[in-house]
Amino acid sequence: MIYTQSPLAIALFVAFVLFVLGLSFYLARRTTSSEGYYAAGGNIHWFVNGIAFAGDYLSAASFLGICGMIATAGYDGFLYSIGYLAGWMVALFLVAEPMKRLGKYTFTDALDSKFNSKGIQLAAAISTLIVSIFYLIPQMVGAGVLVQPLLGLPHYVGVIIVGIVVTLIVATAGMASTTYVQFMKGGLLLICSTILVIGILGRGLSTDPNQGDTKPYHDFQTITASVAGDGSLLLSDASYSAPADWQSGHYGEAGFVKLTKEGVETIWQFKPSATGFNLEETLFVTTLADGTKLFNGGSKEEGKFFPVGHIKELKIDGVEVAETGAVGPLAFLKAVKESTVVLWGKQYVKNDDGGKTLIYYQKPTTGTRILRPGLKFKVDNASGTDKFNFISLMLALFCGTAALPHILIRYYTVPSQAAARKSTLVAIASIGFFYVLTLFMGIGAMTNGVINLTDNNMSAPLVALSFGVILFSIISSIAFATVLGTVSGLIVAASGAVAHDLMSNFLGIKMTDGGMVMAGKMSAVVVGIIAIYLGIVFEGMNVSFLVGWAFAVAASANLPAILMLLFWKKTTAPGITASILVGLVSVLGLILLSPDMWVRYGLLPQDAPVAFNSPALISVPLSFIALVVVSLMTQNSMPAPVED
Amino acid sequence: MGHGPAVKLGKDYASSYKTTLGIRMFIVYTIVYAIFVGINSVNPAMMETIVLGQTLAVVYGFGLIFLAFVMAIVYNHFCTAAEARMNK
Repeated sequence: MIYTQSPLAIALFVAFVLFVLGLSFYLARRTTSSEGYYAAGGNIHWFVNGIAFAGDYLSAASFLGICGMIATAGYDGFLYSIGYLAGWMVALFLVAEPMKRLGKYTFTDALDSKFNSKGIQLAAAISTLIVSIFYLIPQMVGAGVLVQPLLGLPHYVGVIIVGIVVTLIVATAGMASTTYVQFMKGGLLLICSTILVIGILGRGLSTDPNQGDTKPYHDFQTITASVAGDGSLLLSDASYSAPADWQSGHYGEAGFVKLTKEGVETIWQFKPSATGFNLEETLFVTTLADGTKLFNGGSKEEGKFFPVGHIKELKIDGVEVAETGAVGPLAFLKAVKESTVVLWGKQYVKNDDGGKTLIYYQKPTTGTRILRPGLKFKVDNASGTDKFNFISLMLALFCGTAALPHILIRYYTVPSQAAARKSTLVAIASIGFFYVLTLFMGIGAMTNGVINLTDNNMSAPLVALSFGVILFSIISSIAFATVLGTVSGLIVAASGAVAHDLMSNFLGIKMTDGGMVMAGKMSAVVVGIIAIYLGIVFEGMNVSFLVGWAFAVAASANLPAILMLLFWKKTTAPGITASILVGLVSVLGLILLSPDMWVRYGLLPQDAPVAFNSPALISVPLSFIALVVVSLMTQNSMPAPVED
Repeated sequence: MGHGPAVKLGKDYASSYKTTLGIRMFIVYTIVYAIFVGINSVNPAMMETIVLGQTLAVVYGFGLIFLAFVMAIVYNHFCTAAEARMNK
């Protein structure tokens, strides 16, 4: 086990949850109207709303996913930070004020403000539901991932806890409660992340990441080897022995060898050297035929699977040193750039008993290579498909933010268009600052010997643990709050789509104001139950991977309709409906037929009908084209839209 | 159920000015972002170039975040001034 349960972390988590629930019940007494439930009465201060934006936006994917990706793949994780923040410029310059001017409770209101079209109401409500659910799944999965180390409970218990707490929050007080939860969480996240980065910079860099002399780092061994005349392997350390058939079999063919010492088997990677071979120690996870997993040959609790992350050669101004001492942020990055850090590759090898072993092997990498793209995304000597995937992902990140329903509804909680704009400015400042911190938190994890290779999502909390259990406890509680907050916003958005867009507007069910609130609360409970179910079903799926898809779906289904409604006078109601449906169908179709999904179906990725994994570069233009073509075809059949 | 805003909004005579300014600033930022994506796709090795003691990737990445903040302040400043001037 790389981490153990902390009573303090558990106490903080419980205290936070009770406080949030208490706040919700208190605010619920003031939430009696539908304006209060769906839009917090439209009187939230722009600064509070701006920080709440950050709380909404900095989800599990940002705090856990990006830091984890930077810790294991360097700058490529930071590309997410850059793309996510750039998306806010679309929101600020094009969407913020018109959304405030046109909408009431949901983003469907804004789209339908000029037409009162059943088609728009249905299509936009379906789109809101699908985007919200796509975004909910990774959040709930993230909750399950967090609860295992923090509370020592199974994945599904974490999902159920978060689902119940969030549903209670939303069903009691709606947007007002959600906003203040987000405000607290967003503020705490910024403060604690800043403290963590100050700690990382204060500790500096070292070739021996012993976490401030508190925890010795595992010394990964290298053995020299040569081949004897009879073909056997001669090892510099005689306490190890190699099998006679070391060159053959699955391991030999993959460039690895199993060595035995005192009856314990370990796996080593061959590296050619001037005199023969160097054998480098690896970490490995063996999955037996019956599904049992062994970590470096033992159970998880035995602690044989070491945390990793160290610098092989540390240089300052070209001079090799053992440690830097406290450094400033730019000096920190400069030192990493000049040094060589050990990253970890992975490879599956089949076992004779029908099981398989995932081997993590050392991959020394220069700092300049770490601090530029290419370790995760294939951009060097990339094929057309690789380039397409990269550009498409960056497009989805850029276009997705301003089309996320739980972000858009936050514009209805402030009193004016100026407040909508100013709250976006606060959001950009706070989110941008946090994203700068992600690079330092990620590289801090990369170089402080804290990474759990089987789950890099925990890198940020684990680097906090290296500074003591108090910071770890606080950071872990905030990570939980991150999930709580984002899920709250998503459930409000989804319940609004059901109660307001579908039941009231599309189906025309007459409801009193109190009935609207009740319908919203009941919808929140149903959506909460669905979210719990999906969070359990999708256990094990990568959080960032799913969030990337949620952005692609939002960018394809919603953004073309929003932008064209605002900036093209010939836009018609059928055009908007067609745009949403074409965007939605094309993006979902491309995702379901992608190589990544083929793997999840148990098939070979190369057999997938679609060659790429990121669909936005096709589905976003398709959505625009559908809107333009259908709008032009329906110019005469539609009454002129009512100008506001 | 109506679609109007959750709170009553007054007439905003600066709306047209703000829209035009927003579109222009959006185009500027989009071009800078597109160049970043373009370099990474076409010539990623260029991102290893050392600029001001850091890799171009770090300088450009931080630059994009900083530029977003600066442009947001500038946009808000001009919009606020326009509202004060035109909504008297």
